[in-house]
Amino acid sequence: MNARNRARFGGAFLLLLAVLAIAAPLIAPHDPLEQDLLSTFRPPVWMEHGSAMFLLGTDSLGRDVLSRLIFGARAAITVAVVAAVLAGLLGTALGLLAGFFGGRIDTAISRLVEIWMAFPPVLLSIVLAAVLGAGLHTVVIAIVVIDWTRFCRVIRAEVLVQKSRDYVASALTIGLGPVAILRSEIAPNVAPLFVTLLSLEMGIAIVVEAVLSFAGLSVANDTATWGSMIQEGRQFVRQAWWLMALPMACIIVSVLATQALGDGVRELADPLMRRSKR
Amino acid sequence: MSPADLLRRLLWVIPTLFGVAVIVFVLLRVVPGDPVAMMIPPGASMADVDNLRALYGLDRPIVVQFGAWLADVARGNFGTSISLRQNVMKLVLGRLPATLELCLCAIVLAVTLGLLLGVAAVHWRRRWPETVVDGFAGLGIAIPDFLWGLLFILVLGVLWPVLPVSGRIDPRIAFEPATQFYAVEALFTGRFDVLGELLAHMLLPAAALALPLAASLARVVKASLAEAMNQDYVMLVRAKGYSRARIIWRVALRNALIPAVTLTGVQFTFLVGGTVLIETIFSYPGIGNLAIAAVMQRDLPLIQGLVLTFAVLFIAINLAVDATYALLDPRVGAP
Repeated sequence: MNARNRARFGGAFLLLLAVLAIAAPLIAPHDPLEQDLLSTFRPPVWMEHGSAMFLLGTDSLGRDVLSRLIFGARAAITVAVVAAVLAGLLGTALGLLAGFFGGRIDTAISRLVEIWMAFPPVLLSIVLAAVLGAGLHTVVIAIVVIDWTRFCRVIRAEVLVQKSRDYVASALTIGLGPVAILRSEIAPNVAPLFVTLLSLEMGIAIVVEAVLSFAGLSVANDTATWGSMIQEGRQFVRQAWWLMALPMACIIVSVLATQALGDGVRELADPLMRRSKR
Repeated sequence: MSPADLLRRLLWVIPTLFGVAVIVFVLLRVVPGDPVAMMIPPGASMADVDNLRALYGLDRPIVVQFGAWLADVARGNFGTSISLRQNVMKLVLGRLPATLELCLCAIVLAVTLGLLLGVAAVHWRRRWPETVVDGFAGLGIAIPDFLWGLLFILVLGVLWPVLPVSGRIDPRIAFEPATQFYAVEALFTGRFDVLGELLAHMLLPAAALALPLAASLARVVKASLAEAMNQDYVMLVRAKGYSRARIIWRVALRNALIPAVTLTGVQFTFLVGGTVLIETIFSYPGIGNLAIAAVMQRDLPLIQGLVLTFAVLFIAINLAVDATYALLDPRVGAP
């Protein structure tokens, strides 16, 4: 797939996910919390004993898997967008400062990043979630607190590159102040990189939600998330493997979509890369 | 890296570790779940609770607690685990060998796979192996170790059960090791049946840890090898009539390896961090598994000890990697 198609595929899938998330109550065939204890562990419709009532089957409490997946998209999109944007803004702001001003500011910020990265990220997010208590806001905070370094490091390095370019020297010569240079010269040039990182971060956020659900730290039982569905499905994997496989498939495709969008945008935004591909 | 640089890096380890210790300590003191409340039997009196709290020093001001803890840590005493009622240091050291063996297995797997795939993609350029390798690299990089682990359990443990997906060794096997380094010991005492058993248990968790790194390695090896193949010295040996395989393995690969080593170094800590989830998914008895259990139990001394252990591991790996570059590439660290 070329860059344009990859970006299209990624963007289209995420858009679809967003529509599903917003219109979940209209689209979902059942209430995601409605239990039907007479029809538990129904397989998807194409398997033996499947029923058209429950297209993707039911879980251990007889809840409709398809509806839960659709409502799970809500949690996934919310976490992905909010967490990625917040982590991106924080990390980018610090990265811009560190890269542009250098000196003591750079040393302080880089040292902080180094200490931060001495933590195993997964363990840190689990400790954080344990501290903050379960809930989607916890997932968001955990992602922001841990992943701002990802943006900070990359943006800082890119600013260092951009700073040595001629156009910044010209801006200095005509007497622009540092704030003006940052805003109107450097920021537009790191923007494509920011979009790419943001897209990748959305995929990471969806996975982190699953990881925290896996550790039992994401959300209370009354919300359907893909992560909590995997965790529940894991317990019954030997009798009903699709309970784990379906939400996993949702996460994997979403992650691939964010990756495709990020890669595509980066390639489209970089004229050099675009030319060499032809 | 010059000796002075190395020394400076070593000295930075202390403030970095101190920073880690402060953050962990402060973070854990605001945990809402009371660890003492979890360990008392129902019907205990308030006095019992206070006694326990005093026993673990949880009744003192936070600064005093931190000072006392730091002083103990400096002497190698990490306190007593609240949930398991054992010395934290002993617990961690007892579990660490299992994790180290798993990580070693994973890194060997990742490097072998990444290297072979990268070379294959260049050897059969513009034919199907290149497409396969590109596809594999794309998937491997996009999908994190956690999902690979679940996928392996689903496919190779449940749908088509070929490999064990839980534990480190079948408890029915008669094997009484003197140390916790089971695989190393089995190898040196000639117990190859045990070694095979251990490796079979390690294969899936190690593969889950290894795949993302193997995928990025394949991509990097492919790119740098393809570039090396365009250099003049390769043209020269080609003119001399060397076979394509011989050119790749003997001439070009050596120069293409440095970016691969860099990447392995950078990614190694991610791999080690991944053990936290992977060991839990596969019920593998290492420190990662212990860490999740400790968090679930709100076992403060154990969490602190484990996070510091991971931090030490990470810092040691980074130092070792930096020192390795200096050995491999004479330009690094030259004045």
